Amino acid sequence: MAEKPREIIKRNLFSENQVLRAILGICSSLAVTNTMRNSLVMGLGLSVVTALSGLTLSAMRHAIPRRVRMLVQTLIIAVYVIFLDLFLQAFLPDISKQLGPYVGLIITNCIIMGRAEAYAQSNPPFPSMLDGLFAGLGYTMVLMMISLIREILGFGSVFGININFVGFETWTIMIMPPAAFFIIGTFIWVMSARVSRRAVDDK
Amino acid sequence: MTPNISPFIIFFASIITSNMILSNFLGMCSYLSVSTEYKTATGLGMAVTLVLVLTTVVNWFIYTYVIVPLELIYLQYIIFIMVIAALVQILEMGMDRYTPDLHAKLGIFLPLITVNCAILGVTLFMVIRHYSFLQSLLFALGSGFGWWLAINMLAAIREKMAAVKLPPGVKGPALSFIITGIMAMAFIGFSGIFTIQ
Repeated sequence: MAEKPREIIKRNLFSENQVLRAILGICSSLAVTNTMRNSLVMGLGLSVVTALSGLTLSAMRHAIPRRVRMLVQTLIIAVYVIFLDLFLQAFLPDISKQLGPYVGLIITNCIIMGRAEAYAQSNPPFPSMLDGLFAGLGYTMVLMMISLIREILGFGSVFGININFVGFETWTIMIMPPAAFFIIGTFIWVMSARVSRRAVDDK
Repeated sequence: MTPNISPFIIFFASIITSNMILSNFLGMCSYLSVSTEYKTATGLGMAVTLVLVLTTVVNWFIYTYVIVPLELIYLQYIIFIMVIAALVQILEMGMDRYTPDLHAKLGIFLPLITVNCAILGVTLFMVIRHYSFLQSLLFALGSGFGWWLAINMLAAIREKMAAVKLPPGVKGPALSFIITGIMAMAFIGFSGIFTIQ
């Protein structure tokens, strides 16, 4: 089953977007989306971890005994998350502080484990890396859309730059947790309505 | 460095105002997928509470007496996740051996719990906020109860809504998110009673 790179990219960004279609990696996608800067850092961090762990696990796939597979996967993911955490603490200390425990929680983000199980363990290293990278970028894309809505309505700014020229009242609810649930719920609704409509059209 | 908050305030705050799901978004995966039936949701809630208390206590001792003295803070994620995985495994084997009834009820949920972000999340919050032993214990217990409360509420609402006719696409996760959003909004009403952050 040789999938072309273009197909891998398209599948991960749209048709099988990990957040909207597979409902994976929800915890962090909701918690960090109150500002765009946090979402971008978190999304890129996750993409790098997913890509590298996909690469490593795929390269090692014949050497890992099946029974301890999960343990090895978790360990490798944890190692990359430690790298990421140290990197953020060293170069972006204020974002690292704001993200708090959610950087460490990348270890239990189901997207990484999901890609390792579903793709990396039965495919060669390079496609696995690409698959991981774009699964992560699909996640980043959703995060950016959610945080765009939340930041504009909640703070009146984009990437921390004030765009609230007309001086409208910002919605406090947008920076609070419920808004995240409503926005992601609506996104998933729109996405699955489109998919089911397309399935009806194909018949 | 330990914050000067009564452990009981932490306990109630982690159930109501800083609920694991409704305000910290932790443990969403199993929350969404195992909430179609009230009974199963209760089982999972119980299992999460149990594992949460056990792992937090063990991780507190490991953090205070092993990680900090040996300056292994950069390895803390690996150590915590290993402790969680090992404890869940031991718990499952012990349950299977000594309480088969309970194992039949909770056993299927245990592997799910290893990758539940709430477990690692509570440990990491405990470390970041420098809680004392008693504070950590009640924080874990309260978080477990809060998680349990949230999943039971969602399951009860979903059971009631099973017969409702809905627009296409909204059934399933999208609906759960919107219900959870409304629940989270209701819980905002409690904010101001306690604060722990």
